Amino acid sequence: MPKPDHIELTVNGAALRVDAGTTVAAALLMCAAHARMSITGEPRAPLCGMGICYECRVTINGVPHQKSCQILCESGMDVQTP
Amino acid sequence: MKTSFDVLVVGAGPAGIAAAVRAAEKGASVGLVDDNPAPGGQIWRRGAPQNSSARQWFSRLEAAKVQRLQGWCVFDAPRSGVLSAERSDCDDEIDCCAELHYDKLILATGARERFLPFPGWTLPNIMGAGGLDALARGGLPIAGKRVLVAGTGPLLLAVAAELAARGAIVVGLCEQAPVRQLARLSLQLFRQPAKLMQAAHFGIACRAFPIFTRCWPVAAHGNGKLESVTVQRKGRQWMIACDYLACGFHLVPNLELPMLAGCRIDNGFVTTDDLQQTSVANVYCAGEPTGIGGVERALLEGQIAGLAAAGREPEARALCRKRTSMQKFVRALESACRLDPQLRTLAHKDTLICRCEDVPLAALREYRSWRAAKLLTRCGMGPCQGRICGAATAFLFGWEQDSVRPPLVPVRMASLIAQNNENGEETR
Repeated sequence: MPKPDHIELTVNGAALRVDAGTTVAAALLMCAAHARMSITGEPRAPLCGMGICYECRVTINGVPHQKSCQILCESGMDVQTP
Repeated sequence: MKTSFDVLVVGAGPAGIAAAVRAAEKGASVGLVDDNPAPGGQIWRRGAPQNSSARQWFSRLEAAKVQRLQGWCVFDAPRSGVLSAERSDCDDEIDCCAELHYDKLILATGARERFLPFPGWTLPNIMGAGGLDALARGGLPIAGKRVLVAGTGPLLLAVAAELAARGAIVVGLCEQAPVRQLARLSLQLFRQPAKLMQAAHFGIACRAFPIFTRCWPVAAHGNGKLESVTVQRKGRQWMIACDYLACGFHLVPNLELPMLAGCRIDNGFVTTDDLQQTSVANVYCAGEPTGIGGVERALLEGQIAGLAAAGREPEARALCRKRTSMQKFVRALESACRLDPQLRTLAHKDTLICRCEDVPLAALREYRSWRAAKLLTRCGMGPCQGRICGAATAFLFGWEQDSVRPPLVPVRMASLIAQNNENGEETR
């Protein structure tokens, strides 16, 4: 079966359509300003883009602390940020 | 899933791919474990236009009998001959952890960017240079966005050229090194035709944006996300409005796993013999962890390691000669990217150095070592385990990372429990 060209997922409940092969981190930056809040309450977003810095971690399908830069968007995925 | 191999390779960038392919082509059973969704590492990341060398190696990888563990992250080396790894995208916790057994291990863990803290650097939309490139290749729409590229090293030009080709408006490239420091690198480029071609290609692309040398960001501004950056050149400061700042100060090797495996580190890099063997028997290392030298060198070292690990020493030795000129490039690159001591004054007292634990510069100044600072401020104790602030504090204070401990990355409790159960069975 051929892979679909587009994927629909939700970020904080809002529907988002992205190209197949898009990382969750990239999807996040399309619609939200940040991925997590730091321990002193600063908004943070991806820094290294390659799985090193942990700034991009989000909750995916209920599983917290997922590195969004190393996970590809999948159909029906639910991404949550604080 | 098969979890026992003659040769296990960690890292599926150019060095790891070359190692795995050469070993498998000689009949060894080979495993290739990598934490990204697809092979290629950072330089051959999916979504980028691939050159013929990359295409060739990818098709050899497809054809070779290599068991690929893509999306798996190694978090421990509990004993000789064994690594523990966890899947990154797993909901079913039982299958998330695996013990990987090997006769020979090849570490091709690559490098990461060096980040230097400056006021405002924690704002969203400030990334590494390679970081923004990775996100753009990962689907982030960049066309029409204003991007400032800053830091040091040849990666900046490559990233600026690629982002411009994707339609980004590159508002400037700030390179901290002076022209004369960079000039020596260009001399080396003439000795390596492949790199010269790359440089020429970037040179043409880069006429489209202003390049400032001896120039760096001193502050980033924005409300909730980046809006502008103040840059400085020879004492003069001015502000540049932008949507993204892509800022990285060259590369530092990923040494955590080599250190945990007990490999000798000298001057910040893994030491190896001619055949890429480390100080630990049956453990090889190839690519950036042995010296920042780029893709051609990584491919060569990977091949040498793969052949040597598969018991083909004469063939491995035949490749060693080519490495000599590449070693010269490593040294030239290191000297071209030497950091200006003035960059030590970028961070102010309230600038966060450790982003995981939000530790500001002022909290660190009274300590004399990385260990003391960790124990008393939690600097370097967060999820990234000092991978970002460690390189910054090494430059700012001269602190050396003296040890690493498992787990190398945050893992699920289920993985630690599974690992302990397996270890228990082995020792009974």
